[in-house]
Amino acid sequence: MAWLDSHLLTTTLFLPLVWAIFGLMIPTGTPGGRATLRTWTLLGSIATFALSLLIYQRYDAAGAEFQLAEAIDWLPALGISYQVGMDGISLWLFLLTTFLMPVAILSSYQAIEHREREYYFLLLFLETAMLGAFVALDVFLFYVFWELLLIPMYFLIGIWGGKDRIYAAMKFFLYTLVGSLLMLVAIFYLAYQHKVQFGSYSTTLIDLYRLRLPGEGYASAQSLLFLAFALAFAIKVPLFPLHTWLPDAHVQAPTAGSVILAAVLLKMGGYGFMRFAFPLFPQAVLLYQVHFLALGAIAIVYGAWVAMVQPDIKKLVAYSSVSHMGYVVIGLFSLNPVAAMGSYYQMLNHGISTGALFLLVGMIYERRHTREISAFGGITRVMPLFAVAFMIVTLSSIALPGTNGFIGEFLILLGTWQASRATAVVAALGVIFGAVYMLWMFQRVMFGPVNHKENESLKDLSFRELAVLIPMIVAIFAMGVFPNFFFSKLDPSISRFLERSTGAALKVEAASAPATAVYAAKGE
Amino acid sequence: MIALIPLFPLIGFLINGSWYAFVQAAPGRRKAGSGITGAIATMAILGSFVVSCLLFLQLQGLPPESRVLEQTLFPWMTFAGFKLDMAFRLDSLSTLFTLVVSGVGTLIHIYSIGYMSHDATPGKFFAYLNLFCFAMLMLVLGASLPILFLGWEGVGLCSYLLIGYWYSDPEKASAGKKAFVVNRVGDFGFLLGMFLIFTAFGTLDFEALRSAIVHGGHAALPEGVAVTTVTAICLLLFVGCMGKSAQIPLYVWLPDAMAGPTPVSALIHAATMVTSGIYMVARLNFLYSLSPTAMAVVAAVGGVTAFFAATIAITQKDIKKVLAYSTVSQLGYMFLACGVGAFTAGVFHVITHAFFKALLFLGAGSVIHGMHEEQDIMKMGGLRAKMPVTFATFALGWLAICGIPPFSGFFSKDEILWLAFSSEHGSVLLWGLGALTAVMTAFYMTRLFTLTFLGKPRFSEAHGEKHGHGHGHGDDHSHGHAPAGVHESPFSMTGPLQVLALLSLIGGFMGIPHMSWLEHWLAPVIPAHQATGHVAAEMEWVLMGVSVAGAALGIFLAIRLYADLELPRQFATKWAGLYRVLFNKWYVDELYERTLVRPIHALSQGLWKNFDVAVIDRIVLSFGRASQWSGQTVRTIQTGSIQFYALVLLIGIVLSVGYLIYGLA
Repeated sequence: MAWLDSHLLTTTLFLPLVWAIFGLMIPTGTPGGRATLRTWTLLGSIATFALSLLIYQRYDAAGAEFQLAEAIDWLPALGISYQVGMDGISLWLFLLTTFLMPVAILSSYQAIEHREREYYFLLLFLETAMLGAFVALDVFLFYVFWELLLIPMYFLIGIWGGKDRIYAAMKFFLYTLVGSLLMLVAIFYLAYQHKVQFGSYSTTLIDLYRLRLPGEGYASAQSLLFLAFALAFAIKVPLFPLHTWLPDAHVQAPTAGSVILAAVLLKMGGYGFMRFAFPLFPQAVLLYQVHFLALGAIAIVYGAWVAMVQPDIKKLVAYSSVSHMGYVVIGLFSLNPVAAMGSYYQMLNHGISTGALFLLVGMIYERRHTREISAFGGITRVMPLFAVAFMIVTLSSIALPGTNGFIGEFLILLGTWQASRATAVVAALGVIFGAVYMLWMFQRVMFGPVNHKENESLKDLSFRELAVLIPMIVAIFAMGVFPNFFFSKLDPSISRFLERSTGAALKVEAASAPATAVYAAKGE
Repeated sequence: MIALIPLFPLIGFLINGSWYAFVQAAPGRRKAGSGITGAIATMAILGSFVVSCLLFLQLQGLPPESRVLEQTLFPWMTFAGFKLDMAFRLDSLSTLFTLVVSGVGTLIHIYSIGYMSHDATPGKFFAYLNLFCFAMLMLVLGASLPILFLGWEGVGLCSYLLIGYWYSDPEKASAGKKAFVVNRVGDFGFLLGMFLIFTAFGTLDFEALRSAIVHGGHAALPEGVAVTTVTAICLLLFVGCMGKSAQIPLYVWLPDAMAGPTPVSALIHAATMVTSGIYMVARLNFLYSLSPTAMAVVAAVGGVTAFFAATIAITQKDIKKVLAYSTVSQLGYMFLACGVGAFTAGVFHVITHAFFKALLFLGAGSVIHGMHEEQDIMKMGGLRAKMPVTFATFALGWLAICGIPPFSGFFSKDEILWLAFSSEHGSVLLWGLGALTAVMTAFYMTRLFTLTFLGKPRFSEAHGEKHGHGHGHGDDHSHGHAPAGVHESPFSMTGPLQVLALLSLIGGFMGIPHMSWLEHWLAPVIPAHQATGHVAAEMEWVLMGVSVAGAALGIFLAIRLYADLELPRQFATKWAGLYRVLFNKWYVDELYERTLVRPIHALSQGLWKNFDVAVIDRIVLSFGRASQWSGQTVRTIQTGSIQFYALVLLIGIVLSVGYLIYGLA
């Protein structure tokens, strides 16, 4: 137990992978075997979720910056080490991942009919990679996890995807991989700078926070390094105009893949900005603030408009992600507590509501094998429970007060208004167009008469599907009505993030503080 | 205690909603009747009404200046740099609204038990109705703008759900969506207004805001806040009101909203939700009164809307459409009042209008019910004999809206007209607009009344047969009516009509000029209106006479004109152009369709196909193609032929040797 106490993060992190390796040994020749495999996988994800709840309980918002920290030397000559730790910013994204994983697995029970062993192995493998990226406190380690998760995702899209799965998988893989290479170069440069300034190589994040890099002008070190990081993160977000991999990947991916892609992978971009790009290069952030505010605002309206005319529901949801994640970008670049809090919250919201939308789309796809909006109509009559769930998720997506979406959008817009009124005004247009594309789609799919004979006999939600959706719906309302439950564990971390990210003056102060004070493993 | 007011309907919603969704909804499953589901819902809203009454009495027991009750439930959004509680505040203004919402709401719930008795899914209907009451009560009880906004969007949602209640009909579903989207346009302004308030005053709480501005009973700008900022705030918030309270240019959703069941039109689209804009302006009266520009805009928009909507109402043939435009027009009246600084008169008209317009809508519903879903007044007539209770109660509502003393509408309308004339923000022009509208109101309401109840029936007795299934409510809603003749409605429907008729008759007495209980009651929230010296007091009586005479004129004209339908027909052909413009509602919907809806849609299509796919994605793919192409190109050198490699080798050696020999020299 003492060992678990001191290695809680690592245990949670690698539990899915180890669990998955055992899963590979389950024979799947018979239906019984396949059922065993599914249950085994589900149990693994639930066990991971249970452990992450323990982490939630251990994490003390008033305590040190990074808690439950662990550090093991890896490549000491280069200053690279295995370092993980947890703060508020990691915590909720970590929990979001572990919360969604059982949901995603449960949603795959019927959709996946071939090569199930590989499929469930890859899902759990993916979970470890994602969790690792959210807790890595060594930049190089982060990079390893960041690239690692491309591999399972590539196969998930490429093997179990739709008609154009190979194209989509390749595009997704190459786009994100190539976009990240400059970040790797920048990481090496940072490690080298640490040697120049402090005498030894290091890729430990908290060491790098102390670096002083010239930040005047677009050609300065900070500016270039920031761009190298920002390119990788902006592609993941995805920020207009780097978003075109998303619709393809989303449409082709199997339901669980889309859910994880939208709910967790996109958050890596926002998380990367918060954890690395902003605190490491504060002057560059100011330099590029205007550009990113503009791109974010464009993304919101552009994403909404393009979403409006999509004939495919999944593509519509994909473009809506571009719009929703635009809010995250403007919130972060507004550099004030209200917007930053909203931005972070919006990431969680988007994970829940877009994740749920993909689940719902997957459910009607399994019934009709089409996602064309025009193939539906009047579904409310034949699938009333589905209609209720779909309505609630739609409302969450259009940020109706009382649902989670509102809290995020409201705080972001309120905060952005203080930073840039023009941005806030353009972004607030998303409030209108968001309602247009969602409600119009909802109307065409769910209302009107049942025009297609195939739709007459559709079955309403099964127990399994209800079990998939109910946690999401509970989360939608819980996050909309009691956001303070989430804020309380976040607040100090968001404040620290802002302190580090707003101005070089604060950076000097941070540099004088000893780096070790920031860590505190439980029990020390 | 305050929280109980919205809590009851919420519980009602949860009971009916989950019962419906999990038990009744599946196709082929038996649906619970309107009796039991309606009883649950009615009990819920009745509970709110009882609590509202108790709290009203409690407030009355307090000295006027401390008539405020507060309740904080929990911190909603609180972190470094921001603080917002889930808190309710009940004062003399919100208590009036809770009484009206829960009181009229209860009556309409009871009415709906009868009205929806043939509906296929009453459980769903009553769940939505309760949800609406919950949101509406949150709206009026919220202690801060975001909580008001929570209710504000919540009522919008219920409106959307209830307009599209018979969703199988694409037109009805579209009407719901239109209402939501147009309201979102208004909410865009509301949100920006809120942000500006937060930037300027650092708070979104009403009381904090008020104490930042009002000192010793006088509103004054705090240091560092410019008048232009206040004007911007007021105008942005007013954009929200234009949406929710259906003012020009965002009124277009309300007439379409008549697609919903008639009790919904009465409760949401006449008595309560659409008046939230007036509630907000009255709530923030201290802010509005600081900005003459904003006041002028509010008054002008209100006045013009009142007139404009009345012109359309004159030609409409659908009984609910006439009432809908009439509602738009009356809401304009209320804003006219607010705009001239007569916030109390605005609130007064909200209350009386809630009584008589709910009555008129429910009466219309009773007619529609009795006529088996016929809504065209040209196909009615002579219903006086067939539906005596509906006729009598409708008549009271008709007299009230026409402004005939001593019915309630007379007092509130007259108060507005008088202040439009005499207040410092008022003018003869505004008064003229209001008075002209009053004449037109009397005219079109009399037209409606005459065509529906008087004269000879213009329908055949076997009417029901044709319309028995002409419901358009989709397969989910087969109207199981026996095709009997036209009949009076059951007591569950006529009962509420009679209560509302009584209220329409006596409701005005709370605001008798010069001894207004209402003005006195609202004084802690809305400072009593100071009499201005520039208008002689006798003018008040003169103007009162003029407006009564105007109403009488309107009634007289309409009765003469519509006694024989030949005459209006001649008018319509004589001024065919004007008639067509009015009948087609000034072609505003068509205008929006052409200038906004279609261009944005075309733009989006263009952006997607010609930019997203054709430009951005092509650039992305061109990176891939470029590397493929360079690979292909370089590959051609790798022929695999030894002779070719030897040749290249030879050329290389010759060139290098040549360079070494001659180049260096």
